[in-house]
Amino acid sequence: MTISRRQFVGSVAGAGIASMAAPRPVFAQNGGPIRIGMLAAKTGPLALGGIDMEIALVMYLKQHDSMLAGRKVELFVADTAGTPATARTKAQELIERDNVHCIIGPLAAFEALAIADYLTEKEMPTIGVAAAEDMTQRHPSPWFVRATATSAQCAYPLADYSAKELNFKKIVTIADDFAYGHEMCAGFQRAFEDNGGKIIQKIFTPLATPDYGSYVAQVKSADAIFLGTAGSNGFRFLRQFIEYGLKEKMAVIGGMTALDESVLRNMGDEALGILTTSWYSAELDNPLNKAFTTAFRAQTKYDPGYYAGGVWVSCQVLEGALKAINGKVEDKKALMAAIRGSNADTVRGIVKFDEFGNAVGNVYIRKVTRRDGRLVNTVIKTYPDVSQFWTYDKAEFLKNPVYSRDYPPAKNLEP
Amino acid sequence: MQFWIIQGLNSLSFGGLLFLLSSGFSLIFGLMRLANLTHGAFFMLGTYFGAIALRTYDGLNLWVTALGAGFAVAAIGGLFERLVLTRLRSNPLGQVLVTLGMAFIISDACLVLWGGDSIPVPTPQNLQAPTRVFGFVFPTYRLVLVGCAVASALALYFLLERTRLGAMIRAGVDDRQMARAVGIPVSNLFTVVFCLGAGIAGAGGVLGGPILSAYPGLDADMLPLALIVVILGGIGSLLGAFIGSFVIGLIYTFGTALFPELAYIILFLPMIVVLAFRPQGLFGRVGA
Repeated sequence: MTISRRQFVGSVAGAGIASMAAPRPVFAQNGGPIRIGMLAAKTGPLALGGIDMEIALVMYLKQHDSMLAGRKVELFVADTAGTPATARTKAQELIERDNVHCIIGPLAAFEALAIADYLTEKEMPTIGVAAAEDMTQRHPSPWFVRATATSAQCAYPLADYSAKELNFKKIVTIADDFAYGHEMCAGFQRAFEDNGGKIIQKIFTPLATPDYGSYVAQVKSADAIFLGTAGSNGFRFLRQFIEYGLKEKMAVIGGMTALDESVLRNMGDEALGILTTSWYSAELDNPLNKAFTTAFRAQTKYDPGYYAGGVWVSCQVLEGALKAINGKVEDKKALMAAIRGSNADTVRGIVKFDEFGNAVGNVYIRKVTRRDGRLVNTVIKTYPDVSQFWTYDKAEFLKNPVYSRDYPPAKNLEP
Repeated sequence: MQFWIIQGLNSLSFGGLLFLLSSGFSLIFGLMRLANLTHGAFFMLGTYFGAIALRTYDGLNLWVTALGAGFAVAAIGGLFERLVLTRLRSNPLGQVLVTLGMAFIISDACLVLWGGDSIPVPTPQNLQAPTRVFGFVFPTYRLVLVGCAVASALALYFLLERTRLGAMIRAGVDDRQMARAVGIPVSNLFTVVFCLGAGIAGAGGVLGGPILSAYPGLDADMLPLALIVVILGGIGSLLGAFIGSFVIGLIYTFGTALFPELAYIILFLPMIVVLAFRPQGLFGRVGA
């Protein structure tokens, strides 16, 4: 088929007019539903978490009969495909086409950073799951809060635990070569070395690493290896680590995503005994979490982990705020103030926000054990009310550059 | 010393894996002049078939599974070639785009069918214990994988050099028009070669499974590696794919071990150099 230029111009103009002629009912507000937008990576390498995020949110609304604070709720889920550019487009769609009142997500730090300015400009109340440090440190937004943790927030307690209770002296870190991995390892290194330990080797692997063999083979001899990986990478690294006979030689510890429940369900006995740290565990013994995990498991046949848990916590924070303002989401300032003033009791415990919008809450040291035939993260120690600044002075902390590959500098690397 | 030995063995095993991945790609490219961008997806499909089969049926043998997955992927490849690619014979750009589209469809279908989790492919029981090489510990399976690659290289060599089918394929690679003129059914040959290429990728996917695991994005991780190997080694040359695989295995392994920050530069630089200065590759019969 050939299209003449005139036809082409005509059809494009026609489409433009048609879309102008059918505007969404933007102003039918007070009576209409609360519109919640979700940005989740449902395709691509981050799909592992994104799909869980959607399941959790849909389940939360279903449990509440799609009613929060006495108002009907409508959900809009957009797939960011785990890429910043798509995240930006989808955020725009949610805000300008679907007219959402608030956004939950996105998952990855680089997605969140790509849309941060836009969300601030649009004054869109956002409860994020992404962990990028600076979003609640040097570049906070009045419209952004995070009910989970920064990249390094959970690494501090594990570093503390490694130095003081496990008496580790030398540790090797390995993480994905992007901001999340850099920040987590930097935080771990800082707290561990401040407690007298030494990070003797830091390995960063490309996000797409099909074969970890060459990395495993260069791990130096140490008391433990710290996994700062996300998604399925930690799982694949660990298998190679074991095949090279290294698990007998050194302990394995991990950050908040390394042995997430979503990773554990595909592992075997090789994972037993590994210690990780997180603001959540499906094993947390409180009534809210019991109800959540039971319902989640009934639907999916597996335990909720970081991403499902993060969305559930975000929903509980949001619901608390909606109740506080009697469901009047149209007043965005009031909604945001209510979210920031949260004292919500959630599946991870009480969530409060510091003045930068980051959660202050419990962090748990967990150990992989087997219960009822499946692998679980059993909580062995609770660090209460951990802040993103750990025990450091806030002003001093913020004067330093943000954590990176090379900051703070690693002084104890072995050649 | 340990570093060099272990990383040397690593390069070998990764090279073996790369050969299983790229020999089919090279075969298809050589005969059909088609950069089959679905190849990574075929490989991933094989891995998923293997992972699911081994998870569902306890005690299933990895080698049998690889064979089965190979045939299954070959069948899918054959259907795709017959139903879609044949219609686009005179439109090479269209063919490449179609294979790219097919790659996306397969990877999304895998995600829908099997979810976003990494699914492990268990290492065979009798190969789980590490082997001691010169006093150093090395995973046995990786050594066996090198054997698999060499065995399949020999089988392919025999097929291409010693059989009638192989002679026809070689004729087609060298001069498609002339082959057709002397009565070789080139169109059917295309289908056979496409099946064969896809099948090797599918079986290779299962064999690579214990190292890689099945995960969304595996296809996109593997496809560039196949491209590099084939461009370096030379298109349509089995020897080229073989040598290219081990050279890239070596470069990748030592590159990531010695200069981890430059992993991708080290990997892609040789490809660019070869393309710029020797476009037919190291052992190629035709220009890329």
